[in-house]
Amino acid sequence: MKGKIEVRELNAGFGSTHVLKNISMSIPENRVTAIIGPSGCGKSTFVRCLNRIHELVPNAWVRGEVLLDGRNIYSQEADPVDIRRRVGMVFQKPNPFPAMSIYDNIAYGARIHRMKDIPKIVERSLRKAALWDEVKHRLKDSPASLSGGQQQRLCIARALAVEPEVVLFDEPCSALDPVATAKIEDLILELRENYTIVIVTHNMQQAARIADYTAFFLMGELVEFGETAQIFENPRDKRTEDYITGRFG
Amino acid sequence: MPELEWRRLKDRLFTAFCICSTALALIPLGSMLYTIFMKGFSVISLSFLTGLPAPPGEPGGGFGNAIQGSLIVVGIASAIGIPLGIAAGMYLGEYPNSRLSRAISFTADVLTGVPSIITGIFAYMLVVLRFGGFSALAGGIALATMMLPFIVRTTEEAMKLVPWELREASLALGAPRWRTTLQVVLSTARFGIATGILLTIARIAGETAPLLFTAFNNRFWFDGVMQPVATLPVMIYTYAISPFDDWHAQAWGGALVLVTMILLLNMGVRLATGRRW
Amino acid sequence: MKLRFPPPFLSSRGVRLTGDLVFQAVLAGVAVLSVIGLAVLLLRELVYGSLPAISEFGLGFLTSTEWNPVRGEFGALPFIYGTVVSSLLALAIGVPLSLGIAVYLAEMASPRVRAVLSPVIELLAAIPSVIIGLWGIFVLAPFVREHLAEPLMSYLGFLPLFEGPAYGYSVLTASLVLAIMIIPIISSISREAILAVPRLQQEGALALGATRFEAITGVVLPYARGAIFGAVMLGLGRAIGETMAVTMVIGNSPQLFTSLLHPGYTMAAVIANEFTEATGELYLAALIEIGLVLFAISMVVNVLARAITWRYMRVQGGA
Repeated sequence: MKGKIEVRELNAGFGSTHVLKNISMSIPENRVTAIIGPSGCGKSTFVRCLNRIHELVPNAWVRGEVLLDGRNIYSQEADPVDIRRRVGMVFQKPNPFPAMSIYDNIAYGARIHRMKDIPKIVERSLRKAALWDEVKHRLKDSPASLSGGQQQRLCIARALAVEPEVVLFDEPCSALDPVATAKIEDLILELRENYTIVIVTHNMQQAARIADYTAFFLMGELVEFGETAQIFENPRDKRTEDYITGRFG
Repeated sequence: MPELEWRRLKDRLFTAFCICSTALALIPLGSMLYTIFMKGFSVISLSFLTGLPAPPGEPGGGFGNAIQGSLIVVGIASAIGIPLGIAAGMYLGEYPNSRLSRAISFTADVLTGVPSIITGIFAYMLVVLRFGGFSALAGGIALATMMLPFIVRTTEEAMKLVPWELREASLALGAPRWRTTLQVVLSTARFGIATGILLTIARIAGETAPLLFTAFNNRFWFDGVMQPVATLPVMIYTYAISPFDDWHAQAWGGALVLVTMILLLNMGVRLATGRRW
Repeated sequence: MKLRFPPPFLSSRGVRLTGDLVFQAVLAGVAVLSVIGLAVLLLRELVYGSLPAISEFGLGFLTSTEWNPVRGEFGALPFIYGTVVSSLLALAIGVPLSLGIAVYLAEMASPRVRAVLSPVIELLAAIPSVIIGLWGIFVLAPFVREHLAEPLMSYLGFLPLFEGPAYGYSVLTASLVLAIMIIPIISSISREAILAVPRLQQEGALALGATRFEAITGVVLPYARGAIFGAVMLGLGRAIGETMAVTMVIGNSPQLFTSLLHPGYTMAAVIANEFTEATGELYLAALIEIGLVLFAISMVVNVLARAITWRYMRVQGGA
C-alpha cells in the first residue's frame, strides 16, 4: 500500500554532520505515525525534512526523495511554499505571533493563501482544535493571555486553517502540563480522521496511547517501523527492545 | 495558479528592493570617502599641517592652528566630561534600583538627544556672555555638555555588565562596598568604559555647531583658554562656504585630516573590542 | 589602645559601613548635579535667554512668518516649517531604505557579507556633519540640481511641489542629506532587532506556506516593531536637530516654500548662521527662543520615542 508520504533513501544534515542516514519508510494516510527514539537521534530533523523547513537553516543539506502523493517534494518543479501549506507543522514550543490577536493568528495563513470567508475558517479551525468555546468571546485578545496548552491548541488551529493534508507535530507536549497534554492527545486522535499525522515524541507512553504506527530511530537510522502494538509488545530488533524496556534513552 | 505566481513575484521584488537599498546606501558613503581622499590628499603637506591660515584671498596657508585648537578644546571637554561622566555612570551602575537612579538614567538618555547647536547656546550664555568674549573654555564646556550624557550611559551599561556574583565575592571577603566598586567592578568594566569614552571623543571631535559661537575661530595659534581658538570643524565650515577655490581645496584637506582621525579611532575601537555583528 | 568599630547598618545587600554611605552619597551627588543639574541649567539658560523675545512677541512668535532683523520683527514659523518638512521628507526617504538594508543584512545576506557590510554602513554615522555638508555642497547639490531637480521640474513642474526654478541648494537636497545621515542609525538598530526575533516565529510563518516576503512583513517585522519604531524616532530626533549639513545645502532662505526644489531654512540652521551676527538683545533673544522651541520639540520626540518603545517592548515580553 502506497503511503501518503513515501520517504526514499533520505539523507540530511548540517555541514559535515550527517544526521539522517538512508531513511526509507512509508507514512500511511489518515493514521497517526509516531517517531520515537533517544535525544539526538534525528527525529526532529526527519519531520522537518517532510515540510522542507530543515533546509532553511544555514549549511543544511538534504539528499534523497520524499514523495507526497507520489510527487517528490524536493524536485526542481516543486514549490516549497505550496508544500508547506499541504504539510503543516506544530512546533515544540507554542509560537503564536504576539503582534496579532488570536483571530489574526488563525487568519494569517488563510489570508496569505487568499482563502475566502475568513471568519468561518477561523471558527472552524478553532472548533477542530477544541479551543473555540474557550476563546470565542475574546478573539481580539492577544495570545499572550492564553495558557501554554491553549497557545499550543491555537497553533494547531492556525496550522489547520490553511487546510493541510498532513500535520507534523514536533514534540508538541514537551512544554505542557499533563492536563494540557491529555487534551492535545485527544485532539490528535480526532484529527486522525481527516489528516495524516506524524508526531515526534520522546514519551513512549504517548506513542503507545495515540499512534497507529511507530517508527524507532536511533543515531540517524530507522531501526524499526510497524504497528504500534507490534513495536511495543513484539519488537523485532534488539535495539528497539532495549529502548522500549528502558535500558537506554 | 496565478495567485502563487503573484506571491512569488512579490517575494522576488522585495528581495531586489532590499539589495538595492543596501547598494544605494553605499553609494553616498563611497562617494564621500572617494571625494575626500581625491580632493584632500593633494592639499596635505607639512606646511598645511603645521602652518597658519593665510589671509583671505591669499594662496597657501595651513590648518595647523585648527588641529591644535581641536585637540585643546576636546581636551578641555574631556577633562570636565570624563570624570563627571564616569562618577555619575558608576552611581547608576552600582545602585540601579532606586527611583532616583532611574530618573537620572532617563534624563541622561534624553539629554543624548539634545541638538548640538543647543549646547552652543548653553555655553554661550554660561561663559561667553559672562566673561565677555569667545573662548576655548566656552567651546570646551559646550562639547562637555554633549559628552556627559553619553559617557554616563556607556559607563552605566559597562558597570551593569559586571555580574553581581563578582561583587558578592569581594564583599564576602570583607571588603567594603566602596572598595568593591572602585577596585573590583571598575577594573572589570574598564574596557567597556574606555570604549565608551573613545567613541564619545570621536563623536565630539567632529562637532561644529557647539563651537560656532563659543570657541569661534582664530587665525593664529592658541593663545590661552579665555581666547577664541581655531578648530578643525569650524575651519572646514568657514572655508567650505567661502568664495575662494583655494579655500575650498583646503577645506577638503582639513576634512581628510578630520575624517582620518575619527575613522581611525572608530575602527581601532571596533577592532579592539571585536564586536559581533 | 582603643578599637573603634563603626556600627554596621544592616540592609538587604549586607552590611553597610559609614564609608560606604559616604561613597554612595558622593556618587549620587555627582550624578544628580551633573545630569539633572545640567538638564535644569540647560532649560533655565534657554528660557532666560528667550525672555526678551517671549515678552515682546508672545505666542505669535510661533505663527509669524516675518523674519526681519532690521525692523526688529521676528517670527519662527518659516524655520519650524522647514525643520518639520525636511525631517519628515528625510524619514519618508530614509525609513524604507533603512528597513530594506536591515532586512537584507539580517535575513538575506550570508553571515560573512553581514559582518563586512554592517560596520561599513555604521561608518557613515561616524562622518561629521560638516564633512557631509562639504560633500553636499560640492557633490550632491550639483547632482541633485542636474539629475533630480531639473527632470522633476520639467515633468512635474505643474505641481506646486516641484515648481521651478530648480535649485541645487534646496529643501530636496537637504532632505536627501538628512536621509543619508539617519539611515545608519535606523538600519543598524532595526537590523539587530530583526536578528533578535526568535527563529521559531519565522519558522512558524514559513511552515504555514508563507513566502519569505510574507513571513518577514507579516510576522518578523511586527514582532520587532517596538525596537524599529524606537529606531525611527531616534532618526527623527537626529534629523530635527541636525545643523551643519543642512545649513550648507538648504539655501538658508526664510520663506514658507511650497516647492521642494526651492531653498528653505530650519531652526538649527538659522541659529548657526545668524547667532554671531545678531545685533541687539531682541535679535539674540529671538534666536535663543528658536533654540528653546527646537529643544522642546526634540525632547518631546525623544521622550515619546522611549515611552512608546517601552510599551511595545512590554507587550512583546522584551523583544
